[in-house]
Amino acid sequence: MAGITLTDIRLVLNRTTILDSLSLAIPPSGITALVGPNGAGKSATLRVIDGLLVPTGGSLRVPGAARRAFVFQKPALIRASAAANVALGLVPLSLSRAERRERTRAALARVGLAHRAGDPATRFSGGEQQRLALARAWAARPDLLLLDEPTANLDPSATELVEALIAEMAAEGTKVVLVSHNLAQVARLAADVIVLARGRAVEHGPTRTTLLSPRTPEARAYFDGELPWTSLAAAS
Amino acid sequence: MTETLHETFARLATLDRDVVAIAWLSLRVSLSAVAIGLVLGIPLGAFLAVTRFRGRSALVGLLNAFMGLPPVIVGLVLYLVLSRSGPFGSLGLLFTPGAMVAAQAVLATPLVAALTRQVIADAEDHLGEQLRSLGLSAPRRAGVLIHDTRFSLVTTALAAFGRAISEIGAVLVVGGNIDGHTRTMTTAISLETQKGDLSLALALGLVLIGLVVTVNAVAALLRGHAARAYG
Amino acid sequence: MDFPRRSVLTLGLLALLGASPLGAFPASAEPASIVVASTTSTEQSGLFKHILPAFAAKTGITVKVVALGTGQALDAARRGDADVVLVHDRAAEDAFVAQGFAKARFDVMYNDFVLVGPKGDAAGTKGTDITAALRKIAAAKAPFVSRGDRSGTHSAELRSWKEAGIDLAAVKGEWYRDVGQGMGPALNTAFALGAYILADRGTWLAFKNRGDLAILVEGDKRLFNPYGVMLVDPDKHPTVKVKEGQAFIDWLVSPKGQDSIAAYRIGGEQLFFPSAGPVRAP
Repeated sequence: MAGITLTDIRLVLNRTTILDSLSLAIPPSGITALVGPNGAGKSATLRVIDGLLVPTGGSLRVPGAARRAFVFQKPALIRASAAANVALGLVPLSLSRAERRERTRAALARVGLAHRAGDPATRFSGGEQQRLALARAWAARPDLLLLDEPTANLDPSATELVEALIAEMAAEGTKVVLVSHNLAQVARLAADVIVLARGRAVEHGPTRTTLLSPRTPEARAYFDGELPWTSLAAAS
Repeated sequence: MTETLHETFARLATLDRDVVAIAWLSLRVSLSAVAIGLVLGIPLGAFLAVTRFRGRSALVGLLNAFMGLPPVIVGLVLYLVLSRSGPFGSLGLLFTPGAMVAAQAVLATPLVAALTRQVIADAEDHLGEQLRSLGLSAPRRAGVLIHDTRFSLVTTALAAFGRAISEIGAVLVVGGNIDGHTRTMTTAISLETQKGDLSLALALGLVLIGLVVTVNAVAALLRGHAARAYG
Repeated sequence: MDFPRRSVLTLGLLALLGASPLGAFPASAEPASIVVASTTSTEQSGLFKHILPAFAAKTGITVKVVALGTGQALDAARRGDADVVLVHDRAAEDAFVAQGFAKARFDVMYNDFVLVGPKGDAAGTKGTDITAALRKIAAAKAPFVSRGDRSGTHSAELRSWKEAGIDLAAVKGEWYRDVGQGMGPALNTAFALGAYILADRGTWLAFKNRGDLAILVEGDKRLFNPYGVMLVDPDKHPTVKVKEGQAFIDWLVSPKGQDSIAAYRIGGEQLFFPSAGPVRAP
């Protein structure tokens, strides 16, 4: 997949400017992290890339054939079995029934939930629900996986499982864009980091250098406010 | 008053086959009307919840207002439409149970549509982005959300049933309250009240309330059972 | 997994459920049945319940009675929504025939109107003279309940005020309550208000919630209340079931039908008096 570029993207919702001349060039492979304080426009950027939000101005280039999948902070699951939830992501793909069943099975196996295919998804634990959401995303074989704080509500062991899955999917060639407040997680997963502040990209660089020695005052202020994580990141 | 109540319970014991037939007709007419209301109202409500277009909020407002459509007006309009001299007179529906089903369906449909729209709109807040992100078409999203809110929609169906079975204005006008043919619980109660037989009217009223309670209880049981099975 | 398809399926099943009783209910009335538009007085007095089984047993024809005020009943027939009308407002019936909605009118039966009021009779109306009674009510401004629904009884009431020489429009006040309802509800209102009311004897006899109401004026020949029956002219409305409708009328005026009407009693009192053929005054 070619890279994603956003040029001078403006997004105004209900007269509030969310994104303000945002320009980004996201590399075509690996995991790119979007970080920044609340309200910086991270989630909005993901939604613009996915097409869920239409920018007020500017231009967006996502490779035409790129199949996208979005995993939200709160897994949005329907009141049906785990298998039905995964199959839902395959509906627009017009696969044969057998193919759909096979992909569903494989996706559930992939996230370690094969044995719970028939159970109601809404009764899964938080970690299981997020793995299921990942399975649904993965089943469609996306070229681009957009993750909006996927582990924010999970306990450490569930977080570890989800992170492992994300890393595997990226290793297999899926481009991942990850929004996270967890800088240790960013340090563990991402190859490059984009720092957003007030609807603009203020810094973009390799993870380690960006986290350890930010160049801009905005990035520095953000990382300083997150001291415990910076120290962890430094230690890793 | 206590005397009337005492008599009412005495009359309950002696209610005959006529009453059973009337109750059965009421039940059939109202359940049919609700079924039609659900078939038309659920897709309409879901459509309004998942799409955005010009005039949508006006349509939603209209629908909400139509929840309070006066039954007697619906009855009167349908009477003129179904009358032999009216545009659909050749159907021969006036003064038949079919006309009563039609009248109650007209009352039930906007109610179902408006409540469905609200239920689906709430579900859409939670699921809408994900479904759009999955690339599902609007009809498909509506279908998924209907499926997802099916237990709440049972309540919608019950509300529509309550409105249908308890109304009298429409069935009286288009049904004609014909003994043994279009007499429902409500028109029978009204007739007995007019005849001054208040204890019989009250006894019939108790039967009607029992009917409504029973239908609600059955729905609650089914709903509970289904919810346990499918989360 | 095809679950969205399943909700479509569910809706389809519901559609079937909704439509199935429509099929079960006859879309048009079954061949051997007629719609008779009649008055609340005949229905609420229980007359039809008494006579119809005999007719059905003899002919196999089901009679569906829609009970309305006389005016409404005639209107329903004018629109073609009834095959036969059985009402009690001679002037309106004659107009119906004159307008070509029926070819002929047949006498069936009569009963009479009675003035009902509180036993105490504060206005002092008791007697056999309806016009005198009404004049006393108007003078005393005693509460009076009027049907106000263009029914035969309502017409009879208005006629009586006229005969009493009272211009209702001029004297009408708080005391004159126009309820716009059938005989039963009007009687219920009269009972609640302790008011006078003109009622047909049949409904009065069948009425159960009398409280302290009693008959105060009866036997005035001006209170004679004849019922007529008419077949709606098929030239106006081709859907009219001529054969079955005529069979009903023929039976009503036949000795069998007339006997059946005469045999209907409540508490030993006869409600309706057969009058087929030349009308006999009471």
